Amino acid sequence: MNKTEFDLVVVGGGPGGYVAAIRAAQLGLKAAVVEANHLGGICLNWGCIPTKALLRASEINHLLHHLGEFGFAADNVRFDLQKVVKRSRQVAGQLSSGVGHLLKKNKVTVFDGFGALAGKDGSRRLLSVTKDGKPVATLSAQNIILATGARARVLPGLEPDGKLIWSYREAMVPTEMPKSLLVIGSGAIGIEFASFYRNMGAEVTVVEVLDRILPVEDEEISALAHKAFVKQGMTILTGAKLGPITKGANNVSLSVEAGGKTHAITVDRVISAVGIVGNVENLGLEGTAVTVERTHVKVDATCFTGEPGIYAIGDLAGPPWLAHKASHEGVMCVEAIAGRHVHPIDPLNIPGCTYCRPQIASVGLTEARAKEAGHKVRVGRFPFIGNGKAIAMGEPEGLVKTVFDAETGELLGAHMIGAEVTEMIQGYVIARTSELTDAELKETVFPHPTISEAMHEAVLAAYDGALHI
Amino acid sequence: MSVNILMPALSPTMTEGKLARWLKKEGEAIASGDVIAEIETDKATMEVEAVDEGTLGRILVEAGTEGVKVNAPIAILVADGEAVPDGAPTAAAPEAASTAPAASPVVASAKSAAAPAPAPAAEAAPKAGRVFASPLARRIAAQKGVDLVTVKGSGPNGRIVRRDVEAAVAAPVAAPAAPKVVPQSTPTIDVPHTAVPNSSVRKVIARRLTEAKSTIPHFYVAMDVELDALLALRAQLNASSPAEGPGAFKLSVNDLLIKAVAVTLRRVPKVNASYTEDATILYDDVDVSVAVSVPDGLITPIIRNADRKSLSQISNEAKELIARARAGKLKPQEFQGGSFSISNMGMYGVKEFSAIINPPQAAILAIAAGEKRAVVKGDALAIATVMTVTLSVDHRVVDGALAAEWVAAFRSVVESPLSLVV
Repeated sequence: MNKTEFDLVVVGGGPGGYVAAIRAAQLGLKAAVVEANHLGGICLNWGCIPTKALLRASEINHLLHHLGEFGFAADNVRFDLQKVVKRSRQVAGQLSSGVGHLLKKNKVTVFDGFGALAGKDGSRRLLSVTKDGKPVATLSAQNIILATGARARVLPGLEPDGKLIWSYREAMVPTEMPKSLLVIGSGAIGIEFASFYRNMGAEVTVVEVLDRILPVEDEEISALAHKAFVKQGMTILTGAKLGPITKGANNVSLSVEAGGKTHAITVDRVISAVGIVGNVENLGLEGTAVTVERTHVKVDATCFTGEPGIYAIGDLAGPPWLAHKASHEGVMCVEAIAGRHVHPIDPLNIPGCTYCRPQIASVGLTEARAKEAGHKVRVGRFPFIGNGKAIAMGEPEGLVKTVFDAETGELLGAHMIGAEVTEMIQGYVIARTSELTDAELKETVFPHPTISEAMHEAVLAAYDGALHI
Repeated sequence: MSVNILMPALSPTMTEGKLARWLKKEGEAIASGDVIAEIETDKATMEVEAVDEGTLGRILVEAGTEGVKVNAPIAILVADGEAVPDGAPTAAAPEAASTAPAASPVVASAKSAAAPAPAPAAEAAPKAGRVFASPLARRIAAQKGVDLVTVKGSGPNGRIVRRDVEAAVAAPVAAPAAPKVVPQSTPTIDVPHTAVPNSSVRKVIARRLTEAKSTIPHFYVAMDVELDALLALRAQLNASSPAEGPGAFKLSVNDLLIKAVAVTLRRVPKVNASYTEDATILYDDVDVSVAVSVPDGLITPIIRNADRKSLSQISNEAKELIARARAGKLKPQEFQGGSFSISNMGMYGVKEFSAIINPPQAAILAIAAGEKRAVVKGDALAIATVMTVTLSVDHRVVDGALAAEWVAAFRSVVESPLSLVV
């Protein structure tokens, strides 16, 4: 086998692609990754990871302005935005080179360039790799996994211009703090930027066309988040209709209709966070059986596209657009290719996390969706104010909500808002994946004092009654 | 001190069974791990292994006794040289079960005469009878009255998860109580005869076949299939096997036919099905039940996912399952379930026959002997090795055209057998 022949080539080195390649190498396949930009993809370079570095900085800024609550005093608290941004970039850089080392360690060949399907050679698939329009290599592989991810959706009139209107990318590397900011879209990405900039001191307005923020979360959690953000000083307009945008020299004006009123808004910067679209272009899909539907590649439960030897995973293969979904699909897809018996992913077992302050995390069905699905439900709630650790931490705002099937005791969903909930949701995810019922959750001993005790209490609350409220 | 050996549960749902045979005699020394007896239920025969060592002091339940309750004392084990205690064991004795390791079939030691209440049968279940199921699957099964032993798990490592129980609820294993199905008009026979008591297996066969033939509208489609290409392939493959070692194999015609059936079921998947009142269940997996005659009747060990296994895998697995089937050592999960059955009587020189469907499956293929026959090829007579296969189908699920399509597809697979190896 010469160096351009592989068992598996993965197009895209994001959290779906590079994980798939490592798993393939572990299973003894000769694997390659073709990446046009940075190893680690958007997640690691322009998404999940650098935003967590920024949000950590904004959390520190928040604490520095509330030192008095803990008995400290400090004068002249300030920050250097360039250093905050630089740290975020260093974190991304460190992890991206870490991915490079992981691939090298696993003997995965990395091609720097843009990969596209280029026909067949017998039963083998061909893939052309180009860099700046020039051919770099032609690879031949038994199987190809497409993992090219997604990018921000662009609304007409809201095209990011790099100056006044930002996508996530510009929002991550500000050169100066905007005094005021409009965030369009209240999904996880919009809310995280809103939280970062608000906690760094900007005036933030969030507009959402639907009737509540974080629309995929449980309604109660949305409402609590709304209340918490307003208390922090954000302006939130839901059920909003946006008027045309007027760009000034260093600001943007528009009118927003919401709640029966017209709001005239002028802000320094606008962040557009209105969803994402799959990177399906120029992949050489023409003439193959691969089907693209609403900017995503259609796949079956094992990520097979219908075209022999071609698979698609992660954001490219459709929602939920989450790095951990992509990685899991990558592993599953490779194991299926290697002939292992795999279990398709249940979307209801994929947790979702939003790293705003307060944090939000959930898995499974919301109460409303559980009822729509015909379940008779038992709902448990436990507020952080009843949790000793949360109070000691100075984080008494939060709620854990559980939704059980009243007949079978199945944990249908769990919804959390408050400090550290993104680190705790996995407990409920394990419960769902292993099909635990209320009985096992009740009998589980949670360590004291931890905020996780609120998860136990929320289970008890759905049945016999919580102990500490 | 003396220890009571208790009747083990072969499965979590077993409440009683037949003590088929003692393999140790009173006064014989027993080492931990020795097989001391055989227990039979309507589903399986299992060996009882000793946990402790000592001497078999007294047998309390004679071989051949039916209806022995789980956890009832069946024998007394004494230390070497110790006298056997007099009288029947006390009521407290069986409770020793609660001190035994959960997976141990036989009680180890009665540490306290005042032991707590008897352990539930499930906790004393032997290893082979242990059912792996999620808590949610267990609860739904209990609510819907599904016996988990009859459910095939699709979760990690074959664990039974919710969807398996729900599928079982949707496809009820039609197993009505025997009296409803079996006519009770036992004739009085007064001519000289020998009455051979029905074994558990014989009773199950009687019940299931009566139920199948009286509740399923059977119909039959037969076709002649030429075997020469398949026989040539078999010879070629067997010649390529290493002479010995772990990679060695010797494929039988039956192994190739199992694979051919599996490949055909993938091509015509609507036959891989079950009828239920509300829905036709189409199975995701191709699990082929292979009818095996055993001294006391027949049993159908299953080659699971036969479509995904290589011929050598199928061959080795089938050999091993058939050997254990004949020894009565199959575990319940190895013969319960399956999505399609094969009955091969080729080795007896049978010309053709029709088989009875193995419910809840929708079809069974009866395979007769391959023999050289005169066939017309072009306009000339030729000699070919031909076998007649007859597919019995449940007409509620499989219509005539579909059955014909399946049989034709099967013929095409067998006559162009390369798809068995790719």
